[in-house]
Amino acid sequence: MIQKTVSDAEEAIRGLRDGMTAMFGGFGLCGIPENAIAAIRALGIKNLVCISNNAGVDGFGLGLLLETRQIRKMISSYVGENDEFERQMLSGELEVELVPQGTLAERCRAAGAGIPAFYTPAGYGTEVAEGKEVRVFGGKPHILEHAFEADFAFVKAWKGDEAGNLIYKGTARNFNPMMAMAGKITVAEVEELVPAGALDPNEIHTPGIFVQRIFLGAHFEKRIEQRTVRSKTAQF
Amino acid sequence: MLDKNGIARRIAQELQDGFYVNLGIGIPTLVANYVSEGISVEFQSENGILGMGPFPFEGEEDADLINAGKQTITALPGASFFDSATSFGMIRGQHVQMTVLGAMEVSESGDIANWKIPGKMVKGMGGAMDLVASAENIIVAMMHTNKAGESKLLKQCSLPLTGVGCVRKVVTELGVLEIKDGAFHLLERAPGVSVKEIVAKTEGKLVVPDFVPEMAL
Repeated sequence: MIQKTVSDAEEAIRGLRDGMTAMFGGFGLCGIPENAIAAIRALGIKNLVCISNNAGVDGFGLGLLLETRQIRKMISSYVGENDEFERQMLSGELEVELVPQGTLAERCRAAGAGIPAFYTPAGYGTEVAEGKEVRVFGGKPHILEHAFEADFAFVKAWKGDEAGNLIYKGTARNFNPMMAMAGKITVAEVEELVPAGALDPNEIHTPGIFVQRIFLGAHFEKRIEQRTVRSKTAQF
Repeated sequence: MLDKNGIARRIAQELQDGFYVNLGIGIPTLVANYVSEGISVEFQSENGILGMGPFPFEGEEDADLINAGKQTITALPGASFFDSATSFGMIRGQHVQMTVLGAMEVSESGDIANWKIPGKMVKGMGGAMDLVASAENIIVAMMHTNKAGESKLLKQCSLPLTGVGCVRKVVTELGVLEIKDGAFHLLERAPGVSVKEIVAKTEGKLVVPDFVPEMAL
């Protein structure tokens, strides 16, 4: 067994430097690497290029790194719900590349799977396609999209073992598995860290080969963005 | 004239037994409330769940269980969770039979604009571009006109496009329109709505048959 455990978030982000490109798992605030984000903020690393489906909200998630101006460029599919983000984008302080969500996921997956580029129909005929190669397959136009390159990937899982194997919970899985595959150094933070052998190999979502460092998150707030409930009597 | 729930109720009539369905944010979400008795459909949310259920009871919310609108939800028996690449594989690979989404503009050739207002709203396209580029059966749920009273069913979209030639049907508060051969074809009128009103509020090419039935809800 190759041991991947590190003691905490600070040790886990070692080697992350100004100007690097980093992926952050999560959809909205669900399944985000809260502990790594807090450590990056504390260390004050600047000019990061961040690949993440969303940019957090004011005061939480990647919103914390926007607040301290640690992000130079965001590559995301949806960046609403964040006033500071909008302010920095409109003032030109922050560079933004908007990517269709499925293309974003596939560019991560491709990066981890050794596929340099692929064709997708998403975005054809829109401004997303500007400057991109178009090719027709089966009578339908597709555009060429390239795999990402990332120095680090920060992912969050529910359970992990010392060998780096990961299991996600619910919809907190989202981008985490593909980003785990894509990072040159992948850092996983988990809610439960167990010895190798304690997880059933049949149930592993991300095999440990994709994970270089794993640590038990000191604190997970797991904030809910839209708390929607129904009363006991209401119908669906 | 229909309200938002009426639009959702009419769209729910398009559901067929065995359909996997993706519902967008806003009016489309309401479609789940009107699935008719006797048919089984499963709702996909592109952040990674099939078999999405209703909102949880108070106190049972789970931060790890949300839909694409970031709302807390539940999972029904038979549900599954998956990653975003698999999710969009379902969408791109046309395993999802029906997609319902909102729009700011739709053109007579089936183009759709729903993600950006230059200089005003730049939030991103999320999964909308992937959905409209690949889904075979796209239904748009929207109001017939914008807040200024201008038609949203146009010859050509004026806003940045989300996808080209992809919308098959539009359901508004005024009626049901099918898009084919470069025109809107009026299929049904909403209760109490005249053909004249629909003609007046549709800027794009509109084909009106001799008889336009009032929709049955």
